[in-house]
Amino acid sequence: MWKWLHPYANPEVTYHLTNKLLPWLSALAAIFLSIGLVWALLFAPADYQQGHSFRIFYIHVPAASLSMGIYFAMAIAAFSSLVWQLKLADASAAAMAPVGAVFTAIALITGAAWGKPMWGTWWIWDARLTSELILLFLYLGVIALHSAFEDKNLAGKAAGILTLVGVINIPIIKYSVEWWNTLHQGSTVSKLGKPAMSLDMLWPFILCFIGFSLLVGVIISLRFRNEILARNSIRPWVRTLVSQQSK
Amino acid sequence: MISNQQNTAITAAPLNTAIEQKAILSYRHAFMLVLKRDLTIALRHRDDIINPLLFFVIVITLFPLGIGPEAQTLSRIAPGIIWVAALLATLLSLDRLFKSDHQDGSLEQMLLSPHPVFILVLAKIIAHWLITGLPLIFIAPLLAVLLHLNEQSYGALMLTLLLGTPVLSLLGAIGVALTVGIKKGGVLLSLLVLPLYIPVLIFATSAIDTAALGLPYSGQLAIIAALFFGSLTLAPFAVGAALKVSTN
Repeated sequence: MWKWLHPYANPEVTYHLTNKLLPWLSALAAIFLSIGLVWALLFAPADYQQGHSFRIFYIHVPAASLSMGIYFAMAIAAFSSLVWQLKLADASAAAMAPVGAVFTAIALITGAAWGKPMWGTWWIWDARLTSELILLFLYLGVIALHSAFEDKNLAGKAAGILTLVGVINIPIIKYSVEWWNTLHQGSTVSKLGKPAMSLDMLWPFILCFIGFSLLVGVIISLRFRNEILARNSIRPWVRTLVSQQSK
Repeated sequence: MISNQQNTAITAAPLNTAIEQKAILSYRHAFMLVLKRDLTIALRHRDDIINPLLFFVIVITLFPLGIGPEAQTLSRIAPGIIWVAALLATLLSLDRLFKSDHQDGSLEQMLLSPHPVFILVLAKIIAHWLITGLPLIFIAPLLAVLLHLNEQSYGALMLTLLLGTPVLSLLGAIGVALTVGIKKGGVLLSLLVLPLYIPVLIFATSAIDTAALGLPYSGQLAIIAALFFGSLTLAPFAVGAALKVSTN
């Protein structure tokens, strides 16, 4: 396995791999998202209690679970960059942080938009909402630390340490917030427990989920490619690449 | 400063004498040297100790002015106010943990010394807590009186502060170590550190609230103690790694 993996420590090889993967990822993401979203927003049956407003969950739920998944992926990249000194892992963590932050924000905003007609309020200090908000703060901290250093390699290491500290803290924060909520107020609004979905609703949801995951893959690959180019801008292969493209 | 001179002497000396001297400078000895040095420096700059305390007092005075003097409201929100003010005061004082050492180069000497970074960092953090955390604990009951804190809650307030403020120093040290090399690290520091303080805040205030109802609060205390021991064992490693990145 190591023999197979070794060439990808070279930025040039990885750059070309990303180039090859991108069209596939983009095409798949476009197919899944267009089918999934059209099905979900136009053809899936309306919920008998929530009417049409439940349809925002087809965006909300993928965004929320991807926001956590991206942080976890970032932590894995940070760990491998700190332990095995892989510079490309640093670049991928740097590529992931803003995407994760945006998906966290999407989850929060769509959640608020759903909460207004359903709960009658934009925001409620529910345990899940609060921990998602704190996740956003953690993302913003990582991004801020990244941009505070001028040297990209140092920035990657520092942000990596912060990401790992954050990943240890996320479960602690999550459970403490849940506990805090149950202590402070009796739950006036039940949590967004998963409704036992009928298959008509479940299939478009699965398509949307896969589509959004692929979309994240596309955006991260684009950013990752950029990071590789920016970090290797003095290397000859980047220069020849640029001169070929400018012709 | 004495410890630094000795440490540099060790690294400069020939190998055999270095081994001899290393035997003299045991882990405990190195720990005590750093602790004493930091305490001495802090006692010579008394405003570094007093200013965060003053900040703590002033912030707490602002709340009754903003919210209104009703004793009932104040006693309801007193635990939260005291703890949030303690978080902010700690945050304000964190800056001096590594900054001056980084500027005059003694931090690099410490990282170069033959002792494990863990011990030196732990000594610095404990010194920081003795200087900033401990005075907060002494002054907190006085401010609790001003905020009409429920009489049953005083024990809980003191115990949570005693167990919780070291956690603040330990976690904060990670943030300072990451930002010490950056010119405008102050605002960034609060962005990095405050989200990590949330569990301590939640459990401490809930312990005080529970005590006000006359119920046992040992569960919350146990969790804060767990946070304390967890961060005591793990945070110095993260600080050491972060300092190596920052000093490069």
